Amino acid sequence: MSTLAFDLVLGAALVATAVGALFSGELFRGVVLFVVFGLLMALAWVRLQAPDLALAEAAIGAGLTGALLLDAIGHLKRRRAVSASGDRAPGDRGPVDRISGDSASDHRASGSSTPREVAE
Amino acid sequence: MRARGRQLVAGAVSASLGVALWQAIGARPTPSVSLPTLVRDAMPMSGVSHDVTAVLLNFRSYDTLLEIAVLMTVAVVALALRDASNQRAPARRQQLVLDALVWRLTPLLVLVAAYLLWIGSSAPGGAFQAGAVLGGAAVLLRLSGFPIASVDHRFASRVAVVFGLTVFLGVAIGTLLAGRSLLEFPVQWSGALILFIEAALTVSIGVVLYSLFDNAPQARLGEPTSAPSKPDAEPSR
Repeated sequence: MSTLAFDLVLGAALVATAVGALFSGELFRGVVLFVVFGLLMALAWVRLQAPDLALAEAAIGAGLTGALLLDAIGHLKRRRAVSASGDRAPGDRGPVDRISGDSASDHRASGSSTPREVAE
Repeated sequence: MRARGRQLVAGAVSASLGVALWQAIGARPTPSVSLPTLVRDAMPMSGVSHDVTAVLLNFRSYDTLLEIAVLMTVAVVALALRDASNQRAPARRQQLVLDALVWRLTPLLVLVAAYLLWIGSSAPGGAFQAGAVLGGAAVLLRLSGFPIASVDHRFASRVAVVFGLTVFLGVAIGTLLAGRSLLEFPVQWSGALILFIEAALTVSIGVVLYSLFDNAPQARLGEPTSAPSKPDAEPSR
């Protein structure tokens, strides 16, 4: 019976952190919730009797991907600071403190120019 | 379509997919072949005593070989993304607590990785888990500012990246040359061969995962990234 309660709480926490990671206003908060989701997912793998997957999920999903996403946020903020101080790109949404705004258009606006930057 | 409308559509599609999955899982037919029984019966021939390792490295070792090839491709792609921001960080100043933690933690992480590699033959563990821990240790060193080497175009880096795939391919070709089918290990050597392959895989997986972090475009304070070009035709909302 206590196992069922634990599983229900774990499932609810998984859904809650996933929703929080997707719908959070700030990018940093979304990444932190994503790391928490990775750790809870590792617990879920243990409950599903797949300890190998739990080890891999904890190391890669929660650890490495979290570090990569935080790096990406730093990179985005850096580029937005550079572009805000220099030219105004046509799709630029304005001053740097708009970082905490709508994350979806941030991703689209910067995603379209990343390949061109890298190719330079 | 406005953002709220898009979210409603996505939510409706996800909910209907969830309901369909729930019903499909409930109505699944009993399989004609019981795979766990097959694996359990073949375990004495596998050379290890943990069934996941036996499946990954012996019964379905070809899939693992292809996975390692994919990881190596990932490292090549990460190398292609390398730019000026990935150069070595300037000399760091000493930070007492961080340094004390990192130099105590890193040998422990290497020891845990070696343990996971060794114990993979009889308990949950294996090459991927050990490689992930090694990669995490390297990322920790990098984040703390220690002068750990980069994964770039030097010869040593390239050898480290392809080492696992080369060893695995070498064993595969060896089995073919010995007249067996691809990756059919001789039973009395299969345990040793699995450990040998896994050791090479651990090194490569750790290096590949670290190279993903190392070669990703990074933003260091005070170093501007390359100037952004004007993106043409931003999609208008």
